[in-house]
Amino acid sequence: MTEPIINIDKVSKSFGAFEVLKELSFSVKPGEKLALIGPSGSGKTTILRILMTLETINGGHITVDGEQLWHKEENGKLVPADEKHLHRMREKIGMVFQLFNLFPHKTVLQNVMLAPVLVKGVSREEARTRAMELLDMVGMSEKADVRPAQLSGGQKQRVAIARALALQPKIMLFDEVTSALDPELVEEVLNVMRRLARETDMTMLLVTHEMSFAHDFADRVLFFDQGRIVEEGPPEKIFSDPQQERTQSFLRKIIAAGQRI
Amino acid sequence: MDQWSGYLQLIVDGAFVTVQLTLMGCALALVMAFVAGLGRLSRFFALRAIATAYIEFFRGTSIFVQLFWAYFVLPLMGVPLSPFQAGVLALGLNVGAYGAEVVRGAIRSIPREQYEACTALNLGRWQRLRHVILPQAFVLMLPTFGNNAIELMKGTAVVSLISLSDMTFQAQVVRAQTGSTAVPFLTILVLYFLFATVLSSSIRGLERRLSRGLEGTRS
Repeated sequence: MTEPIINIDKVSKSFGAFEVLKELSFSVKPGEKLALIGPSGSGKTTILRILMTLETINGGHITVDGEQLWHKEENGKLVPADEKHLHRMREKIGMVFQLFNLFPHKTVLQNVMLAPVLVKGVSREEARTRAMELLDMVGMSEKADVRPAQLSGGQKQRVAIARALALQPKIMLFDEVTSALDPELVEEVLNVMRRLARETDMTMLLVTHEMSFAHDFADRVLFFDQGRIVEEGPPEKIFSDPQQERTQSFLRKIIAAGQRI
Repeated sequence: MDQWSGYLQLIVDGAFVTVQLTLMGCALALVMAFVAGLGRLSRFFALRAIATAYIEFFRGTSIFVQLFWAYFVLPLMGVPLSPFQAGVLALGLNVGAYGAEVVRGAIRSIPREQYEACTALNLGRWQRLRHVILPQAFVLMLPTFGNNAIELMKGTAVVSLISLSDMTFQAQVVRAQTGSTAVPFLTILVLYFLFATVLSSSIRGLERRLSRGLEGTRS
């Protein structure tokens, strides 16, 4: 059995009095494509944000690629991680956001080149070549010199994917990446992600409300509710034959809202 | 006629001093605005406290009193300054305090999502500020910086009180010598207005240039 690339062990997280994650535990195998589904506020986005170090944890442990994420070992004891440790751990992880979060003052190409040049110390020429390859892959190389304001939502999101890939992370986190898009633009982004899933061995965690995409894309689906995993399994099982009452009622609501599964 | 051209020369000399004071004062104010504005956003309590004290002190006391301090009191403490140096110091520190709040406000108004993108891309604190936050915030600062620069330019008139021969000082000289108030003061009125127009239009131009492609969108 291979070592998990991500191991989440009894992680708790509260925002004020609201407990978002309740001793959440799960692990992810290298290369695995994981879909996190469930109602709003169930904690699925929060766990992605914790993995990206955008939120701290209140309890539990997370290992990424064999190392503690929010802690580090010092004289055999685990102490809270410092910025230097987090910086090193972030090299393994990339994230694509619901609202793209592109840098509006930079061109598409500059958006993709920025982090490799600043963070990895790649030469500008090399970063440019690599960025153009990535933009080509997401079908955006023609817009390399355009600023984000001139792009559609789907185009922005494809640039954001290229930008995250430029740092060559082992793990990619996709946080509702099609939720802010007009329906006719969703497919172009999903196509890019399908291609990534097919052509790379990156580990991918996907929070989504697109059930049919989760069905095609994921090796395993986790159903979240109230800060816990209620049910998990391969997509065929979760979507066709859910065992838990809460999973069944969630999927019924999704279908009633008109989505295909 | 000859007599008037001599007087006009006096006012032109004064205008030159006013322009120099304005440029140097603005340069100092800009530096102070960024130092104190970033200081107020610092992680470290001591830096925040120093920046806050500076801003509150210079906003809360009169520029007139600050100028007299710079020129008459600092020498007693072993720091003799020329009238020009004292003028630049007082104007720069005074307007810099207002500018600091502009810097802070503009930086605070950059949405959280931009910071999160920087974290996800693993940029360091300084890289984030230098390459992502400040370029966006600077465009937002410009209109108010324009106001501050004009305030500073008009404020240079107070240095005539420490006998620095700026435009206002020279107008008073002409007034004393000719007995005419209307002519010299109309002349400098026009010149002050001209300077203000140049300042505001060049800042507007800069703003237009820097905000190209940023028009009213969230990315």
